[in-house]
Amino acid sequence: MPEAKSAPLLRVAHLKVAYPIRSSLLQRQISANVAVSDVTFDINPGETVGLVGESGSGKSTVARAVIGLVKPDDGVIEFEGRNITGYSRKQFKSVRREMQMVFQDPYASLNPRLTVRDLIAEGWRVHRDIVPRDRWTAEAKKLMDRVGLNPDYSDRYPHQFSGGQRQRIGIARALALRPKVIICDEPVSALDVSVQAQVLNLLDDLQEELGLAYLFISHDLSVIEHLCDRVLVLHHGHVVEQGNAREIFERPRHEYTKALLAAVPVVRPWLDQADEGRHPTGEPAA
Amino acid sequence: MTKTQPGTAPSASPTDAPLLSVQDLTVEFSTAAGVARALRNVSFDVRAGETLAVLGESGCGKSTIAQSIMALLPKPAGSIVGGKILYGGRDLAAERIPAVRELCGTEIAMIFQDPLSSLNPVFRVGAQLAEPFRRRLGMGRREAWAKSLELLKRVGIPDAETRIRDYPHQFSGGQRQRIMIAMALALKPKLLIADEPTTALDVTIQKQVLSLLADLQAETGMAMILISHDLGVVADVATRAAIMYAGRIVETGAVRDMYDHPAHPYTKGLLESIPSQTSIGGRLKPIVGSPPNLLDLPSGCAFNPRCPFATDLCREQVPALRTPTTWPAGHEAACHLSEEVLTHA
Repeated sequence: MPEAKSAPLLRVAHLKVAYPIRSSLLQRQISANVAVSDVTFDINPGETVGLVGESGSGKSTVARAVIGLVKPDDGVIEFEGRNITGYSRKQFKSVRREMQMVFQDPYASLNPRLTVRDLIAEGWRVHRDIVPRDRWTAEAKKLMDRVGLNPDYSDRYPHQFSGGQRQRIGIARALALRPKVIICDEPVSALDVSVQAQVLNLLDDLQEELGLAYLFISHDLSVIEHLCDRVLVLHHGHVVEQGNAREIFERPRHEYTKALLAAVPVVRPWLDQADEGRHPTGEPAA
Repeated sequence: MTKTQPGTAPSASPTDAPLLSVQDLTVEFSTAAGVARALRNVSFDVRAGETLAVLGESGCGKSTIAQSIMALLPKPAGSIVGGKILYGGRDLAAERIPAVRELCGTEIAMIFQDPLSSLNPVFRVGAQLAEPFRRRLGMGRREAWAKSLELLKRVGIPDAETRIRDYPHQFSGGQRQRIMIAMALALKPKLLIADEPTTALDVTIQKQVLSLLADLQAETGMAMILISHDLGVVADVATRAAIMYAGRIVETGAVRDMYDHPAHPYTKGLLESIPSQTSIGGRLKPIVGSPPNLLDLPSGCAFNPRCPFATDLCREQVPALRTPTTWPAGHEAACHLSEEVLTHA
């Protein structure tokens, strides 16, 4: 785990995003729905920062603001020291190749009419200097191999792949632009349990190999606990607790974090019960 | 078949004859690409007052079980081609659909994953809750409304007197699932089938809904079949479980026995693949490959291409469910090599 010696790769300070509520007749803004407010965190190269929270807590809004899909109402987003908060779409183009996203639904996020090779090469069409056109097929196959897909299938379409394989295509697409940060919005939530672990391991390997940083969004606390160095717990758009992942999971301080952790179903609840049985009540916890 | 409440029937203790007995159930779906066998020789019993979990991944056939019992198989594609569904001396698999639906309205109830799509958006929840009382029990409007209010309070909707006039979209996801539960339990069913009842809910809400179901079960003594893909939810709610893979039950027994001593490599693989305390920062142990296509199942054991234990025998012969030697009855696995799997625990 890298130390925060140099400047952070991504810095988010006091981020606030509000969605306007408009009048039905004149579409005048009559109010605003504050999705997130005062969210502050850094991501260093090679680090994984997790955002947890329940639906509506603002996790995805933070991701969308970071990648420039929604405009922040307040706060600063810096990437490698550059303030990218007010960037226009055009200006954002240079940032986006460094900052890619993997989406939750591998069925909805891939254009069904493109082959895997074209899906992976799509970004190269926009960012011309990464891979020369005559190398596209070879490079796409290389990426397929890297994410655990058979390169012989580069002419196939998304529907010919399983959910886990489609998520690998999504990861290959993100990697194609050689980013420094990948924002993973619930990347394994739509996958079967037996396949989730494969994708999580792949993300882990890629991080080690390429020094990627991840902003990892999930509602699944065990996934966050497994992967993340640092965690932010969001509740109704506010960060209620943030810090070292292990510390938060072992000693949650905020009431909401405690409630959230207590609600996660335990796979072997009898193990905890056995523990309680061994320690007589009244004895202070170790 | 008795229509009265439990207590009048002699079958009071839960160890008696099963309430529902599914035997060798086989279901096929005909698709453009061929016939997919969604269930193969699935057998299980459920007794009054107990919860049986059916655990598996998408496409393993767990929801097809619920559809078969409730006569909800999509027609004409899906049909029961073999086996029996015995309930109260009747074989639901052999009966006509309207007769099964009649039974399902009163004695067997079901709740679904997505409560919003199962509630009618243009009617107030009070009217929807009152419908079974009015249609099935012939109650008057006022009496049915009072009953609905009582139910709404029982499932923990705050301020039920005013909320009963609201429409489904005015409730949160957790509250909608509570309303679905209220509707399912309106006629005091003897068996509740819960198909992924909390999958769409946040964990804190999930916990509330699961404990509501447990309370209601303790109150009414109904049996429950919980269909889930979540190992934790199953451990929380059920005492017995059937684990499914590619349309077959591959392991069944007490949840605790199976989780502590899995006798099928698939169960073992599932348990090892989920992130846990021991895996933090390290690598997970996934099951290799992906679930098979039902239209193109591998020969022998359907799990063999993903199985670290597989031998030639596994590629040739489909293993039957059996109790591994020297293990107590009740814990069964469909694996040729259960004994070996168990020693690797």
